[in-house]
Amino acid sequence: MNKIIYADNAATTKLSPTAFEAMKPYLLDIYGNPSSLYKLGIQSRKAVDTARETVANCINAEPREIFFLSGGSEADNWAIKGAAELGARKGKKHIISSKFEHHAVLHTLEYLEKHGFEVTLLDVHKDGLVRPEELENAIREDTALVTIMTANNEIGTIQPVKELAAICKKHNVLFHTDAVQAVGTIPIDVKDIGCDMLSMSGHKFHGPKGVGAIYIRKGIILPNLIHGGAQERGMRAGTENIAGVVGMSVALKESCEKMAVRNARLEKMRDRLIDGLLKINRSHINGDRISRLPGNVNMCFEGVEGESLLLMLDMKGIEASSGSACTSGSLDPSHVLLAIGLPHEIAHGSLRLTFSDDNTEEDIDEILTAVPSVVEKLRSMSPLWEKIIKENK
Amino acid sequence: MAYSEKVMEHFANPRNVGELEDANGIGEVGNPKCGDIMKMYIKVENGIIEKVSFKTFGCGAAIATSSMATELIKGKSIDDALKLTNKAVMEALDGLPPVKVHCSVLAEQAIKAAVSDYYKRQGIDPEPIVGKIPECDHEDGSCGCSV
Repeated sequence: MNKIIYADNAATTKLSPTAFEAMKPYLLDIYGNPSSLYKLGIQSRKAVDTARETVANCINAEPREIFFLSGGSEADNWAIKGAAELGARKGKKHIISSKFEHHAVLHTLEYLEKHGFEVTLLDVHKDGLVRPEELENAIREDTALVTIMTANNEIGTIQPVKELAAICKKHNVLFHTDAVQAVGTIPIDVKDIGCDMLSMSGHKFHGPKGVGAIYIRKGIILPNLIHGGAQERGMRAGTENIAGVVGMSVALKESCEKMAVRNARLEKMRDRLIDGLLKINRSHINGDRISRLPGNVNMCFEGVEGESLLLMLDMKGIEASSGSACTSGSLDPSHVLLAIGLPHEIAHGSLRLTFSDDNTEEDIDEILTAVPSVVEKLRSMSPLWEKIIKENK
Repeated sequence: MAYSEKVMEHFANPRNVGELEDANGIGEVGNPKCGDIMKMYIKVENGIIEKVSFKTFGCGAAIATSSMATELIKGKSIDDALKLTNKAVMEALDGLPPVKVHCSVLAEQAIKAAVSDYYKRQGIDPEPIVGKIPECDHEDGSCGCSV
């Protein structure tokens, strides 16, 4: 088999060798507990402190505003349940979010609905973008929290979070953003955005898996997430994942330093790929083309089903993902694609290709050769395609 | 979720794909909303399925079960073809992941639908012989989606 083209960087990324090297001492020699007072403990403590400073610097926060935890889902859960509890204390039990949030947000909201909260999900329209005026209209006296993602994980659309945050501030409502797909990928400045809380995950920017962070603006005291020791200012107890936070911080710094050059290159590759794939008859791009993550391509090909598309691409050494029902293990295709108004039968034929700095123009060439031939092969055996052509709808 | 080697082999090299020009029985089951449609073509002579082919829109398991089902009924009598169960198709493929069992159900139904169509064309009411083939309306689970 030829070389593998990994085009699923929104799912996870390869660990940066620099991050790996930085982690190694904390996996082997410097194993002290950061809470211990002797030298080995102090070395570990220093590593955690430095990692916190680095992460804070990368998003223009203060170190005390950064809390380490296990990843994006944990950060989202804490922000949302925590803010809900703060709101409930004042009798505010309404939360606003959007229809195409990550399940870490949507399922947390469903949980809160069962516990007496009311949730409004904003429309994301055909272009995959939340409208600030619709947020303003949805805010009520009893709104406790607004949580809207910075960038969507499937279609890569970048939300106007700065405007959304300003509206929340005006109405004195907490604003959280799931920035798991955005941190390390596009410039993120928490002061400029004006958000109250922001979630991030290490493995989305070439850091290790199982580690993430949440920014909580100083002055906001969320209820403790894990009760126990004094770690993370007593709010998220448990001995620190030292190697993990070191790896994440080094990867984030590296990713931010390379950002401008990388993104200019990725945007060019992305646009060439989209233009090339749009030449396939009855193909569609999902989500706005402009307000979009640099390495995200998400397309639908009518008459084919996403899982078979992925399996055939995999046979050609191309690793990608799809929002079809078959790949999600559920009955319905991706809630994101349904939220932007795609009918089920078209949403089943989606393909997501997401790139990192490791991808090359040659990868794009190969994908541009492989995808049309696979689509053609699947269409040749598809009774749905036969119908589409016959009815010419 | 992982497919058996046999499923992948049938998916990569599906047998009996395409339309059958001289088919005298054509059955289609499934629903684009569910994400899979199977269309089965048969050519029956003297009660024997002389030729069979399929076209499928669906996942890897849908294509592999269609392919296997056509192999299992080729050259068989109609009676034998109607006895083919989704379980037999699954077993022939060395199993399917639980969420994909419905694909084998569709394959079984596709054969029944093709045979029904054959009987109709012969002026015979298929229902007493073949039974009722559930319409997939996605809601009541009759398509097997929820199996």
